[in-house]
Amino acid sequence: MSFSWTRVRAISVKELRDYRRNRFVVGTMTVLPLLFVVLPLIQVFDAYAHVDSINLNRHVGLSMLYMLLIPAFLPSTLSAYSVVGEREQGTLEPVLITPIRREEFLVGKALAAFVPTLVIAYVVFGIFLAAVSLFAHPVIASAIYSGTHVLLQLLFTPLLAGWGIWVGIAVSARSTDVRVAQQLSVLGTLPLLAILALLSLNVITVSAGLAVGLAALLLVIDLLAWLAVAAMFDRERLIIGRRT
Amino acid sequence: MPMTPQRATQEAGGPEPITDAPILAGPNGGSAALVVEHLTKRFGDRVAFDDVSFEVGYGEVFGFLGPNGAGKTTTVRTLGTLLAPTSGSATVAGIELRPENGPAIRSRISIMPESPGLYLRLTVMENLECFAGLYELDDVRGRIARALRAVNLEDRAGDQCGSLSKGLRQRVALARALLNDPSVLFLDEPTSGLDPVASREVHGLIVSLRERGVTIFLTTHRLEEAERLCHRVAILNTTLRLIGRPDELRDRLFSQSLDVRLRSPLDDANAVLGGLPGVEGWEQAPSGYTLAVSDPEIAAPQVARALVGAGADILSIAESRHSLEDVYLELIDEDVEARRR
Repeated sequence: MSFSWTRVRAISVKELRDYRRNRFVVGTMTVLPLLFVVLPLIQVFDAYAHVDSINLNRHVGLSMLYMLLIPAFLPSTLSAYSVVGEREQGTLEPVLITPIRREEFLVGKALAAFVPTLVIAYVVFGIFLAAVSLFAHPVIASAIYSGTHVLLQLLFTPLLAGWGIWVGIAVSARSTDVRVAQQLSVLGTLPLLAILALLSLNVITVSAGLAVGLAALLLVIDLLAWLAVAAMFDRERLIIGRRT
Repeated sequence: MPMTPQRATQEAGGPEPITDAPILAGPNGGSAALVVEHLTKRFGDRVAFDDVSFEVGYGEVFGFLGPNGAGKTTTVRTLGTLLAPTSGSATVAGIELRPENGPAIRSRISIMPESPGLYLRLTVMENLECFAGLYELDDVRGRIARALRAVNLEDRAGDQCGSLSKGLRQRVALARALLNDPSVLFLDEPTSGLDPVASREVHGLIVSLRERGVTIFLTTHRLEEAERLCHRVAILNTTLRLIGRPDELRDRLFSQSLDVRLRSPLDDANAVLGGLPGVEGWEQAPSGYTLAVSDPEIAAPQVARALVGAGADILSIAESRHSLEDVYLELIDEDVEARRR
């Protein structure tokens, strides 16, 4: 039996249907993006008042960093629920009893968190760029478009989401409580976010080449994280709560 | 010699007890759906089950009985490839139990766990669609319709599972377990926590599956359930204590006996009952006497004649029938005694 996209799809579709009817998930998917589109816009329009000041870059950098919080927090919160949540509901065992392979289960879970995150993050970024183009001072718009900010957003959004998902699933597979899993998985995204903060705020000046290089590095880290999560996914541990 | 009063074993309206185990040819031509040889599972120092061996034929309903913690669920999980055995071997639906055969075995079997484990925010249809996808089934709509029809839930397909009663959820879980047309269907405590009406509904469904020739491995601690539904039963208490048809187990564990009810006790029971042909012993019971006999058909007329000759007023002479519960309690009591010693 080889890797089956039918089984992956079954898990993803089930997850998306479940998210749609889960008030907590719908709330998270609505409030977080709203927050992270309003706050950066405030930063940008606040910068209008000090457009000549040396704080311009900081304002722009901070507003871009807010955007990256969506792919950092949203998928880690969703994926932290993925295993421990099913175990709490008693739905994990019936799924593991089917012919599904661990890779299929994990990819199905990951895609269900990845796709909505990517859609929301890019839509929010599009709204932000549109608002900047239409209403922001030309100097600020130019600062946003001319630097590597847009490139960083486009490259790092899916990669950051990937990291958040694998951290979330890894924590979820070892946790016994959903809330603890969600808190730990958000904590797990902070190291990467700290590096991105240094880039966004221009503490580390980043060229387009360096941005692509860092993205490639993050892609490798994501792949290694996937392998690590797949290796630690053990049916016996998931069923009885420990390895024998 | 154990002497236990006769017990009612069948509820009104319940299915007839069955004794003949059909052994049908399996998909690979073999006659055994499950072959388990010296299977053991340990969690560290704790033994879940030890040196368990048995076979289950295709089309057979096999009861797996035991007290809480006896290792029943762990056995099911091991045969379902969720847990790796510590030692021993098994063949499940014609496939050797090995880690690399896990997906192949799981595609041929179904397990209905004790808790239905449904996605409560999803509808019945959406739950079943998910599992049809996990089994990569063709004709998903047709399969789901047939499974829902089998559990009499066709009209509830659009209901959210969270809105269903416990009994209905159990039926949805059974429909889910039937989706892939399993060679072996494991039912783990299918009536646990259900009220009598819901339990009876589940029993009815199991009977209909039995009539369709589905191989069922039923774990339960409800003995009347096993006695009514199963061709054969095994009693597990970490080790396999006994295996056979319920009537075989009774005969193996208990000597045959007659219950004699008299209007008043005999003045000298030993003089009347002692030494009668076919009577091996007797003891006083609340409303008469219980006689251990070698063959009830030979002993009963002798006993009747002797009692009439002694001037006793006979109310009834009946063969004692020990229930599966008697067998079970006898074995479990033996285990408790052995542990005390």
